[in-house]
Amino acid sequence: MNYFPDEVLEHIFDFVGSHKDRNSVSQVCKLWYRIESYSRQTVFVGNCYAIGPERVAERFSGLKSITLKGKPHFADFNLVPPDWGGFVYPWIEAFARSRVGLEELRLKRMVVSDESLELLSRSFPNFKSLVLVSCEGFTTDGLAAVAAYCRQLKELDLQENDVEDHRGHWLSCFPESSTSLVSLNFACLKGDINLPALERLVARSPNLKSLRLSRAVPLDVLQRILIRAPQLLDLGVGSYLHDPDSENYNKLVTAIQKCKSVRSLSGFLDVAPHCLSAFHIICPNLTSLNLSYAPGIYDNELIKLIRHCHKLQRLWILDCIGDKGLEVVASTCKDLEELRVFPSDPYVGQAAVTEEGLVAISRGCQKLNSILYFCQQMTNAALITVAKNCPNFVRFRLCILDPTKPDAVTQQPLDEGFGAIVQACKGLKRLSLSGLLTDQVFLYIGMYAEQLEMLSIAFAGDSDKGMQYVLKGCKKLRKLEIRDSPFGNAALLMDVAKYETMRSLWMSSCEVTLGGCKALAKRMPGLNVEIINENDQMEFVGGCDDDRQKVEKMYLYRTLAGQRRDAPEFVWTL
Amino acid sequence: MSVPLEHDYIGFSPPPAEETSMEKTGDIKPISALTMNMEATELRLGLPGSQSLQRDDNGSPELCIALPSCKSSVSRPKRGFYFAIHGGSGNWVFSSPDTNFSSPRNNPSAVANSESGQDGGLPNQSSPAPQPEKKNGQAAGPASKAQVVGWPPIRSFRKNTMASHPTPKNSDVMEGGDHHPQSGGSASSSSSSSSSDCLYVKVSMDGAPYLRKVDLKTYGGYKDLSLALENMFSCFTIGQCGSHGVAGGDGVSESRLVDILHGSEYVLTYEDKDGDWMLVGDVPWKMFIDSCTRLRIMKSSDAIGLAPRAFEKVQKQQLA
Repeated sequence: MNYFPDEVLEHIFDFVGSHKDRNSVSQVCKLWYRIESYSRQTVFVGNCYAIGPERVAERFSGLKSITLKGKPHFADFNLVPPDWGGFVYPWIEAFARSRVGLEELRLKRMVVSDESLELLSRSFPNFKSLVLVSCEGFTTDGLAAVAAYCRQLKELDLQENDVEDHRGHWLSCFPESSTSLVSLNFACLKGDINLPALERLVARSPNLKSLRLSRAVPLDVLQRILIRAPQLLDLGVGSYLHDPDSENYNKLVTAIQKCKSVRSLSGFLDVAPHCLSAFHIICPNLTSLNLSYAPGIYDNELIKLIRHCHKLQRLWILDCIGDKGLEVVASTCKDLEELRVFPSDPYVGQAAVTEEGLVAISRGCQKLNSILYFCQQMTNAALITVAKNCPNFVRFRLCILDPTKPDAVTQQPLDEGFGAIVQACKGLKRLSLSGLLTDQVFLYIGMYAEQLEMLSIAFAGDSDKGMQYVLKGCKKLRKLEIRDSPFGNAALLMDVAKYETMRSLWMSSCEVTLGGCKALAKRMPGLNVEIINENDQMEFVGGCDDDRQKVEKMYLYRTLAGQRRDAPEFVWTL
Repeated sequence: MSVPLEHDYIGFSPPPAEETSMEKTGDIKPISALTMNMEATELRLGLPGSQSLQRDDNGSPELCIALPSCKSSVSRPKRGFYFAIHGGSGNWVFSSPDTNFSSPRNNPSAVANSESGQDGGLPNQSSPAPQPEKKNGQAAGPASKAQVVGWPPIRSFRKNTMASHPTPKNSDVMEGGDHHPQSGGSASSSSSSSSSDCLYVKVSMDGAPYLRKVDLKTYGGYKDLSLALENMFSCFTIGQCGSHGVAGGDGVSESRLVDILHGSEYVLTYEDKDGDWMLVGDVPWKMFIDSCTRLRIMKSSDAIGLAPRAFEKVQKQQLA
């Protein structure tokens, strides 16, 4: 291979797609490193503090697309204080300075300011795609800048972001000449939308394939949009409130009938469920259905809708579907691969589905490989059955609303059930546990979960042994997050070198002490060991701190960038 | 791979050879420890007819793993399982729902979880006298509904969205027949949820800087309600109530409430549907729930005239 000219190698590397593979390629020899680096166009940075933007820009001179993730996963659940970090501005600024030809930016759990959006929109003339997931810190003014100045914008995808809404003039900032839009998702916005501007935008975007509307878009506008864009593949309905006898509704029915290409349906943020029959005609074509924000669809209307969806591969639903409804899913959606069941009312602490629904799904949907299931209770027997029926799980996330609830029938811990899952599912990459669990379940995980990359633990285990089993056994572990479990320094310090093979470790409300964290930081300079000390729980008394204090929140990650300079006061890097 | 021998590290004796039922048995037949340890960890996914350690129910899922039998309440080591009671709708006046009010680290007197690990633990208590364990499901109501920070693990965006646009109907089973769906999801963030399973009412306390909200449906009776309120508002009272209730001859309700709050010179009152302020405890619990629109923890001195007979009783007990 070394006798081929560079261009040939580069061409061959084009066929190497995944980040992992490209990383492997780059480590073969210096020549390959060089060629792979300048030819790589898509870069994935799982932790924005693992490396500095200048180094990325320098190494990957051909960079066009970058994915950045910021805050640790548990930030989704309010376990990380708001100012912890994860700012995108330094990245955009560094890339602008280095004249990176950025075309695509995908961010998750990062803080995005309006300034960064403005800088973004002005610095990269070829910029085409902005995807923000679970981000915060920006307003619709930032969106206006993106709309106005990204002349080649194809994709603006906002998923579950916390956006301050300054009322929707941003849509009218798309210049009249802009016709390139392929994907537009603003479902998470809460404020009013400039409806005529939206309609005009859709009308002049012949390539529009994906459109997800917010609650502010009413039915008559939806109907007119669908008339203009029958080529849509992915539709997110905003508001669906109307009178079934109205003219608008009839027009809508006609419009929907023309949308033969729709494969993915979501939204229904406000809905009159008895009028859903208008959508039955496109249900047989759907491969993806997300009704997890549609509490207004339930009981018979929901079941009727689902009965038409024979080809469904992905279903996100609320637990008001119930066990019986899941049986209907099991008998209808034979191609189902991914299922997520969310609780309708997370504050009440009651879920409407139990282990029976999960078992039913496992019986009917043999192709199932990814599940997120919030339920009221679970049993070992059910999990064992599920493991038997569906050995193909890649992601298995179970959340029993009462986090330490035992087997509902036998009152035993759920160790055996989860043990069965990890034993049967040889390809399992992601696992979230809940329920009453002892160290035994971690023994099983260490023994069987050979491909496991991400593990989430809450209120589980009895002793350090639990965590030790996992660290010893799971060779491919990349992310480990633990809360409220009795793991302490012995587990933390058992194999410190392992953390450099992982992206990150989160431990909160465990038994690790300040002394243990300090010892770890000392031995592993290649890690940032952060102590998050909100509410002044820990004290430095006259320069000398008590190492026996328990650490409330610790987040450590491997990094080439050293200690970060943007850490707030309450974050100590040891 | 050799199997470590310490399978009873969670305190279980080696299991019996034949598990004829999954009921907890006190007696355990002695068996070769080594054999049992091997089999205890060996996972088998339940093919019918294989090996001795299975229940033989036709067709139903079989547990092929010999689980050690255990006593009904396993004494578990402390988990650091704490509650932050931050109220159902997150409707606090000044603080963010994220603030953890009741971390055991900050509050050493709190009995965080201890003995009742199985049913989800007790609400955090700041009174030094340990509460008797609540065994029945009803009394565990406030405990199981109390919120833990960051649990259930749902993205805050989703939580906030669902909170401001609640489920119009909370049904868990598909009921056949006529059903009148309410037109549209309710877009209002009303103070009492439109779901039939929740009844949130505001609770104010004279002198406290912010109000709370409680879901009356989560309580089994006046006892539970007063306990929960005591936990919520104890940080504001001058004196703590250590003792719990004189068993009143005329029912648990009235005397207990008055006693609990008695030491702090407060009484619990509520506003009914007619707009009148009543003393809590006079009417049966169900009637109370149906008519209560808000609660107020009032200073005793202001409560004169609400229910004179009751108030006299309070004074009598005070002197006794």
